[in-house]
Amino acid sequence: MTLNTATQHDNLLNSLLPQLGQLIPAQFIITEVEQLHAYECDAFTTMRQLPLLTVLPETIEQVQHVMRCCNHLNIPVVARGAGTGLTAGSMPVENGVLLGMSKFNQIHDIDLNNRTALIDPGVRNQSVSDAVAPHNLYFAPDPSSQLACSVGGNVAENAGGVHCLKYGLTVHNILELELVTIEGELITLGSAALDAAGYDLTAIMTGSEGLLGIIVKIRVKLLPIPASTRVMLAAFATIEDAGHAIAAVIGAGIIPAGLEMIDQTGIRAIEELMHAGYPVDAAAVIICELDGSAAEVEDELNNVISIFTGLNATDIQIANSAEESKRIWAARKAAFPALARLAPDNYIMDGTIPRRALAQVWKQINQLADQYQLQVVNVFHAGDGNMHPSILFDSSDDDQHQRAFELGTRILELCIEVGGTISGEHGIGLEKINQMCLQFSPIELQQFHALKQAFDAKQLLNPGKQIPTLARCAEFNAMHVHHGEMPFPHLERF
Amino acid sequence: MQAVAEQVFPGALTQDQARDQAQSLANQVEQAFVNQQPLVICGGGSKRFYGRPLEGETLSLSDYQGIVSYEPSELVITARAGTPLQVIETVLAEQGQMLGFEPPHYADNATLGGTIACGLSGPRRPYSGAARDFVLGVTMINGKGEILRFGGQVMKNVAGYDVSRLMSGAQGTLGVLLEISLKVIPMPAHEETRVLSCSQQQMQTLLCDLGRQPLPISATLFHNDQLYIRLSGATAGVHSAAQIIGGERLSTDQFWLQAKEQQHPFFHPAQPCWRLSLPPAAAAVPDALARHQLIEWGGAQRWLYSEADPCQIIQWAEANGGHATAVDRSEPGHTLFHPLSNALLPLTQRIKQSFDPAGILNPGRLYTEL
Repeated sequence: MTLNTATQHDNLLNSLLPQLGQLIPAQFIITEVEQLHAYECDAFTTMRQLPLLTVLPETIEQVQHVMRCCNHLNIPVVARGAGTGLTAGSMPVENGVLLGMSKFNQIHDIDLNNRTALIDPGVRNQSVSDAVAPHNLYFAPDPSSQLACSVGGNVAENAGGVHCLKYGLTVHNILELELVTIEGELITLGSAALDAAGYDLTAIMTGSEGLLGIIVKIRVKLLPIPASTRVMLAAFATIEDAGHAIAAVIGAGIIPAGLEMIDQTGIRAIEELMHAGYPVDAAAVIICELDGSAAEVEDELNNVISIFTGLNATDIQIANSAEESKRIWAARKAAFPALARLAPDNYIMDGTIPRRALAQVWKQINQLADQYQLQVVNVFHAGDGNMHPSILFDSSDDDQHQRAFELGTRILELCIEVGGTISGEHGIGLEKINQMCLQFSPIELQQFHALKQAFDAKQLLNPGKQIPTLARCAEFNAMHVHHGEMPFPHLERF
Repeated sequence: MQAVAEQVFPGALTQDQARDQAQSLANQVEQAFVNQQPLVICGGGSKRFYGRPLEGETLSLSDYQGIVSYEPSELVITARAGTPLQVIETVLAEQGQMLGFEPPHYADNATLGGTIACGLSGPRRPYSGAARDFVLGVTMINGKGEILRFGGQVMKNVAGYDVSRLMSGAQGTLGVLLEISLKVIPMPAHEETRVLSCSQQQMQTLLCDLGRQPLPISATLFHNDQLYIRLSGATAGVHSAAQIIGGERLSTDQFWLQAKEQQHPFFHPAQPCWRLSLPPAAAAVPDALARHQLIEWGGAQRWLYSEADPCQIIQWAEANGGHATAVDRSEPGHTLFHPLSNALLPLTQRIKQSFDPAGILNPGRLYTEL
């Protein structure tokens, strides 16, 4: 911190603290540098920034007060849930307030007749399903981090998970949001009914990464737990066969509850950590979960087996008990800890592509990995085309670090090239903000900025995240042209 | 399964023609922006009644037709806004697929653009999702005449704000839809409707109970003490659910089509009726407001004819957690939408302005202030 910024920092603190203190107890405000380090990043630990201070409100009135103070003093605010985000979306901004929502952790109402629950944003995803399980209900979105991640964060990122192929993303599973605006106003969006008057603002809030308002209450939709669930694992000798098997299942009119794919390095890493019985010699495995009535699931299971067999599956394991199913899934969900054992650092990508391009993109990623001399492991939600290539590297080696990030950009470019997107469920945050310039034209980005302006005229909510400025894009694109690799010259936007 | 791209049908444009026509539509909007001239966006006109009165120059999308891409194994169809809904549904049905939100047509000339802009969903809505839930991406013209693309053709996409879903139900007040990508679903292998005789109170208790069980219910309708429950899915699953539900089997297969298109005898096209959108288990509408009702969506959508003061109906709907819309199909421009709260209206106005700074796109169609 330079002398000037240090003075600015102290001045801001001196202006803000007395105002915040009017309504917020001192113990809810953190200013000690040692303690602030706990808030300097989310799960994307490569990017860090200390906030001016962290405030941990426990009532909606306190959130409104924080917003009014910050709006008055033109101080940026970044909201944070459990901090499990993977794109630096809740990383603080310099001289900005970090608004921690962890004290908002109550389930207020479980309405069995309407099959909804009214919850605080800081409630953990898994806790919702746990709380309603005795009533045979559950909350469908299940990001892999569901044990730790908060539902408020899920809304901010429009999180997915293995079940969203059949049951949708967070946006499909929430009905109503209470929102505090940057002016400190409390607004209700959506309703307990299936629709609301006016524009569908719950849709625009979901996935807006904290740039439009602070979510302080959420009404989620609850679904009946399926009567029967069967899980199977199939091994394939080639990536092409596995890719065709995915398309064939969907093409046959079967929508599995989950359809996941893991490559050979992933299988081996998982097996070494979890000993789940994954076939380590396969080029790829597919995990398929089917749910519905018992008779329906048996029918579908037989169909899927014949599809997989017809496409040269080398081994098919069918879980015959809840424990066996759990073992297969627990291993899949432990994929990232397993990969963490292979290299000091792991750069997890999150692009979505049309399913038909799976095998082609997978091959191209492997070619790119060779070109950059790095290892890439693929573990992903194949049913909805959401790939999570993990680039293994060592951040203490600057050259490797640089190559890993360049390779990441190339992979995202590849996703756009085949008609996909640079983010399926993790969001943009700061990590992928430059790649937004590849996916969107300047006029589209300007439209995003205009929409942001409608919610936050002074640009105080999570500034610098998700939507890049045109100047940033010019700089980013110029860099790419400099390397002689103008991306997608055939696209009109370039 | 056959991969289908660029479906050709009478009226479908070639890519070059479509590009020229999109540019010409954008030029018209740009000119209207410069002249501050209101535009009335029009597809087939089947839902012209659904909204407030409009005045302005017509911007017709009815010739902007064509299925741009459709691959059944991707569960995604992309088509131009003027494409007849009938064409889309026929093409999907040939591949054993359908639109999951079962949109009402109201007339043969319904188009895809109007369907999404109005955001109306049919009987399957509570069990499968609303129109907006199936929107994956749009190409649109904003109020400055700029052609923009948001979302895409993939199931999961969280890059940028979800503008595509915002367009559903905005009735063209935020942009002119040019092209829409929708998620589609497989047609159920089997359907069966059970009919039970019960009171409204019994109906509500039964539906709450059934709603907590994993049954393949795909529609409900209650009228004149008869509860109709449709089951859709694999044959075995439908049969076992039918046994749990009991009642009589309905023999006609036209029932749900009539319900969706409001051709059920309850509906009088010449009389204005109210649509109440409520939490499914909300209280019964008091007799003082309406004696005669038709209840869909597991209790969440209630249609009624009422002589009561509109303010009373609106207040009752709001007090019970929902909202009310007065729909008059006899004449364009008579729909009355539930008023927005004092907190929501200014934000909504600013959103409108961000897409349509001169206020030229269907001005006043939803609210006079938009």
